Amino acid sequence: MQELPMDEILDIAFLLQTLRITIPYLLPSVGAVFSEKGGVINIALEGILLAGAFCTAVGTFYTGNVLLGIVCGVSAGVLIAYIHSIITITFKANQIVSGIALNIFALGITKFFCKILFNSSSNSARIEGLETLNLPFNPFLLLCIIILAISYITIYRTKFGLRLRAAGENPEAADSLGINVNRIRYAGVLISGALAGLGGAWLAFEQHSFTDGMSAGRGYIALAAMIIGKWNPLGAAAACLLFGFAESFTLQFQNSGIPTQFIQMLPYVLTIIVLAGFIGKANPPAADGIPFEKKD
Amino acid sequence: MVFFVSSCGKKEGSTVTGKLKVGLVFDVGGRGDKSFNDAAYRGLEKARQELGIEFEYIEPGPGADREAALRQFANRSDISVIFGIGFIFTDEITKMAVEYPDKKFACVDYTVDTSKTLPPNLVAIEFKEEEGSFLVGAIAGYLTKSNKVGFVGGMESPLIKKFQVSYEAGVKHANPNCQILIGYAGVTGDAFKNPGKGKELAMGQYSDGVDIIYHASGVTGLGVFEAAREMKKFAIGVDSDQNDEAPGIVITSMIKVVDVSVYDIIKEVKDGTFKGGRVETFGLKSKGVDYVYSDKNKNMIPDEVRTKVEAIRKEIIEGKITIPVK
Repeated sequence: MQELPMDEILDIAFLLQTLRITIPYLLPSVGAVFSEKGGVINIALEGILLAGAFCTAVGTFYTGNVLLGIVCGVSAGVLIAYIHSIITITFKANQIVSGIALNIFALGITKFFCKILFNSSSNSARIEGLETLNLPFNPFLLLCIIILAISYITIYRTKFGLRLRAAGENPEAADSLGINVNRIRYAGVLISGALAGLGGAWLAFEQHSFTDGMSAGRGYIALAAMIIGKWNPLGAAAACLLFGFAESFTLQFQNSGIPTQFIQMLPYVLTIIVLAGFIGKANPPAADGIPFEKKD
Repeated sequence: MVFFVSSCGKKEGSTVTGKLKVGLVFDVGGRGDKSFNDAAYRGLEKARQELGIEFEYIEPGPGADREAALRQFANRSDISVIFGIGFIFTDEITKMAVEYPDKKFACVDYTVDTSKTLPPNLVAIEFKEEEGSFLVGAIAGYLTKSNKVGFVGGMESPLIKKFQVSYEAGVKHANPNCQILIGYAGVTGDAFKNPGKGKELAMGQYSDGVDIIYHASGVTGLGVFEAAREMKKFAIGVDSDQNDEAPGIVITSMIKVVDVSVYDIIKEVKDGTFKGGRVETFGLKSKGVDYVYSDKNKNMIPDEVRTKVEAIRKEIIEGKITIPVK
């Protein structure tokens, strides 16, 4: 019986770790739902995470204020999303190409300014951060849950959500009903930028600094989670939690005697199994990825 | 990627010709790692101030082509000495040294293969990390209150395994009943620059009851310090004196005098005494590796522990203790 409390502590530690790893997947993933529901594929989320983390680190370092740091990170996310919108919505360029270009751009420009500001293209100076998620009642976690709830309600229960979905499913019909499709799409992409920027802020605060390339593919995993979650914020969140769990598992079970290479493979195997076996056909919004051409 | 590599080459000092010019390519973590790479940078800085040399450096990005960075320096007529910092350069720098016989090369942490001869223009710099790691292992073994200590490695590789195995041996030497938890951040070079993962690994170990973690993981280790700070536990630094990263938390650091090794080679070139094709080994005996015991951290290492560890140091130097490396 004496062992019990220890096990409980272990479980809570494991759960919290899972949540900490999930957050930077969840925010861009929910953001991606907004963007794609409106019909714009936003693969630039990876670069937005990175830029969000960098600007949060810079903002926090120079102002000494965590909240201003978050404002900087989110602004950077919105800015890159805005560029993506101009390229893909206004100028109707290929959304994947624009996204990849912005990701490479973010990788380069963060290094460039890191070098100028911190005299190292690899690491920023240390910043103060938010207290890490050591307790279940953490403001950042609470914020994520609120964002998730608001996102679901916005997409499925509001006029804006209906218009957003219409813009992604059948933009011609939406247009014929007097909805400004492109403006709605802009809104979707900008929201995704803000959320991914916030995810970047979390990354920077978690490690109290910026490191080049620190988004490390999380933006892409977030997109995969959104697809697994069938373009639904709650589904996406569940998929992110699954990834977080798998990653936490690989960290916790390195001491089990099983070769680490094998354990580190598990999250990816899990992804393939889930994608192929349990989810079934995932149908994107009908006009996802297709620029809207207004016909007069 | 080549574009990024070339764009972050950095010019230092004046451009007066005739001065000895050094080109240095950093390891994965890059400048600002407060550890391995920053130690190499200190060596460069010292050489500039005391020997009047000039230098340029490149920080390769994630997955960037290290060979391209070395080649970029090798192709420059004004650069005569080229450094590769980190074991990850072993193959590339050997190849470059053969290809550019009129340039001088040096590689810190070169993985020496005794079955092959080194090119005559290459110096392999090797550290006996196992000796220093054994000592900090003993310190951890003496100081642990929970009888559980941890190790966080960067890339799972023979070099880092050497740190781990000798550290474990040191812990067991001091405290045979101590349990040791091991974690690695990954199996690629990027595992040296992932503080987020380092933090999660460390938090996992600390919540399992570990009270001291030794890291050998470059920038990833900064995450270990953050975890220690938040969980109010202790850590042991690596390569440089990392006390300033988390005062009161970093008990000591296993230091490698990477700065001295870089400076020494540059001085040899400057004095015309450079001789390639050799392995330069730095160990406890020559104070090439050591653990930090200074005014900043001696209040964390009680006198009796200090005495015992110094006795172990003597035994290692005298060859009475054999340290496992794999």
